[in-house]
Amino acid sequence: MQSFPFQPEQASTIARSVDYLYYFITAVTLFSTALVFSTIFYFMIKYRRRSPDERPKAIEGSLPLEVLWTAIPTLIVAVIFVWGSSLYFRNAEPPAGAMEIFVTGKQWMWKIEHPEGQREINELHVPLGRPVKLTMTSEDVIHDFFVPAFRVKKDVLPGRYTTLWFEPTRVGTFHLFCAQYCGAFHAGMLGSVIVLEPDAYERWLAGGVQGESMEAAGQKIFQQSGCGTCHLADGTGPGPTLLGLYGQPVRLTNGQTVTADDAYIRESIVLPRAKIVLGYTPIMPSFQGQLTEEQMTNVIAYIRLLGQTQAKPKEGGKP
Amino acid sequence: MSTATLEPRVRAPRNYLNADYGIRSWLLTQDHKRIALLYLVSVTFFFIIGGSFAVLMRIHLVEPQGALVQPETYNKLFTLHGVVMIFFFLIPSIPAVLGNFLVPLMIGARDLAFPRLNLLSWYIYIVGGLFTLYSAMAGGVDTGWTFYTPYSSTYSNTQVTAVAIGVFITGFSSILTGLNFIVTIHKMRAPGLTWFRMPLFLWAMYATSIIMVLGTPVLAITLFLLALEHLFHVGIFSPALGGDPLLFQHLFWFYSHPAVYIMILPAMGVVSEIIACFSRKRIFGYKVVAFSSVAIAVLGFLVWGHHMFVTGQSVYAGLIFSLLSFLVAIPSAIKVFNWTSTLYQGSISYEAPMLYAMGFIGLFTMGGLTGLFLASLATDVHLNGTYFIVAHFHYIMVGGAVMGYLGGIHFWWPKISGRKYPNGWAALAAAIIFIGFNLTFFPQFLLGYLGMPRRYAFYPAEFQVLNVMSSAGATVLGVGYLIPLVYLIWSMRYGPIAESNPWGATGLEWQTASPPPTENFAEIPVVTEEAYAYAEKGVSGG
Repeated sequence: MQSFPFQPEQASTIARSVDYLYYFITAVTLFSTALVFSTIFYFMIKYRRRSPDERPKAIEGSLPLEVLWTAIPTLIVAVIFVWGSSLYFRNAEPPAGAMEIFVTGKQWMWKIEHPEGQREINELHVPLGRPVKLTMTSEDVIHDFFVPAFRVKKDVLPGRYTTLWFEPTRVGTFHLFCAQYCGAFHAGMLGSVIVLEPDAYERWLAGGVQGESMEAAGQKIFQQSGCGTCHLADGTGPGPTLLGLYGQPVRLTNGQTVTADDAYIRESIVLPRAKIVLGYTPIMPSFQGQLTEEQMTNVIAYIRLLGQTQAKPKEGGKP
Repeated sequence: MSTATLEPRVRAPRNYLNADYGIRSWLLTQDHKRIALLYLVSVTFFFIIGGSFAVLMRIHLVEPQGALVQPETYNKLFTLHGVVMIFFFLIPSIPAVLGNFLVPLMIGARDLAFPRLNLLSWYIYIVGGLFTLYSAMAGGVDTGWTFYTPYSSTYSNTQVTAVAIGVFITGFSSILTGLNFIVTIHKMRAPGLTWFRMPLFLWAMYATSIIMVLGTPVLAITLFLLALEHLFHVGIFSPALGGDPLLFQHLFWFYSHPAVYIMILPAMGVVSEIIACFSRKRIFGYKVVAFSSVAIAVLGFLVWGHHMFVTGQSVYAGLIFSLLSFLVAIPSAIKVFNWTSTLYQGSISYEAPMLYAMGFIGLFTMGGLTGLFLASLATDVHLNGTYFIVAHFHYIMVGGAVMGYLGGIHFWWPKISGRKYPNGWAALAAAIIFIGFNLTFFPQFLLGYLGMPRRYAFYPAEFQVLNVMSSAGATVLGVGYLIPLVYLIWSMRYGPIAESNPWGATGLEWQTASPPPTENFAEIPVVTEEAYAYAEKGVSGG
């Protein structure tokens, strides 16, 4: 047994701001508890029964008091509500230029894939001081990606993508927990987030078994699955071209417009008939069950790459 | 009782307990008071079962690698602990035991509106309970009491269907009880007992009944769909079958959040009665307290999404659910302030029920305030799914609801049994429970903030100190719960005979004998004054 701290480590840019709100609510809680407890103790002593025949005067109530103790808590919770919500909204979207990493949860492990092709299980290496965006999905049941030191948590759902981002501010190894009960060895679905100095991170990226990049792997699957037969580059095929598609608005036959993001592309692969691009017919077969979640993210990585080739140059690809 | 029957001269007058003997007279009774006792025995049985699971869990968690059982077994323990405690103890506890006993007595009626339905609800409850116990013995279930899909519907190979059926069946018992109370309170109040003369316990029962009748069917539908997918692979919740993985959570919490108010509102009602009696005061702001119960019942239906802040639901949905969750905190705060103000200039005595009621206010206050951390979006992201949640809802549902239930049992025990229990032992038990409860669950707030997720069969070593503290506290709490069991059973035979109104309380239930005769009142009483007319006659006149 060892001693314990009273606070989890603060190792991300948002940890401190979440903690300030936590301290504020703690102060409200302690103050209110003390107020209620001391008032009750004071009354119980001051107004203790002194003779069995005591009949205290009836008090009806007091409208001003009721208004007062409705208004004060309302004001306090309004402050907490605005504070908590604005912090949440500020942290909801990753900053532009965040590096992207894919996470697949399965009973009972975390599978991580870096765009450069590095794969790891139950370990996530990230560089210090750079925002990291995780795109996550599950191969089976609902999991939850939780790094207490970063104050971030998001469910990892089967059949959907969820995202989460953080920017580490301290070098070190931090707990990664599954925080949504997922079966027999839920407690064993543990991992570590390992934050490295940028140059150490580069060395880590360069070392180890270098797999092929996600895009390259995705291109292979794209060809093997026959996607290119219909999705011709020049847009003359029976399926729309995928060049310059990613991140752009897509008009549908039902009049709606959607953005071609990860979720839309995934849905179009699994349930092609859900959203039909304007000018095309619903002839694409479903690939549900034919691709693993990792193959799926690889194909999406490839389609992202295709999205950059024709569209305005963004960062010029990877170094 | 036997001493009384040996000497016919001191034999108690006819009452509901000695009106008839034999097992048939109990199992076929339509007397609401006897049905209340059937429930009392059954919920106590389930409390002991659910409590034993908790004991095993706390022993297991003393060691980081788990001291007692395999992870699979641990998962079944926390699942059955939750299922049994929530569906078979907490939800029926105050409504089905104290509510059944008191609603007709408090409104001056001879029974509930539908006595046969009332007995039926107990049988339904027992059948549901037996189903659940069967499933526990046939291998158990490991989904958590929340049954999240797609784990429960397609991955778990434990007794999911049997437990779902058990809970499904028991739901109908809640619906019937709620229905019975609503009709009874509407139609059978004694002459002169207007709505605003009703004791606040009845307002709480009324609000609770509305939730039972409106919410429970949704739970039944949800569990039905779960069983459909589990048995026949109909795609509803599992994405692999074309379903929506979050739909289940929406449906489940639509019932299960209001269910928290099924547990806490009745306790609030009990506490209002006790505080009024032992400070000899009208409840401060009676109407405000009454309407706040209704407000909690209504708002309680609109906050389910706060269980889903980290599921990836829309941030705007999160915003609305956060706002509504904060709003539901306000009527709860108002109640606490009104109870506290009731003590002002009162004549306060410290008999055991009052100590339980004060314990309720303390623990409920802490439980309610820690809810602020979870209603707030940014802090919930960190605390959701950790031990902080476990601590928070135990403060409400065990600290609050069980303390209120025990307070009510102690307050009305002389009426129910016709006997008195030793006040010193009861006061000691209240103190031990209060202290043991805090020792058990306060460390869990710290554990959660430090990041320990709930439902972990083993855990990193740095969390051990707090886990050992929690387990040590649980032994104190366990002793605290055993003491009342002993002296209350003891008192049924050896306790001094209780007079009809031992606490000097107002309320129609105290105007009839202890224990009451089968028909409750020889003559239907006529009500001429408000509830809690504790002040001297003439003074309270206005």
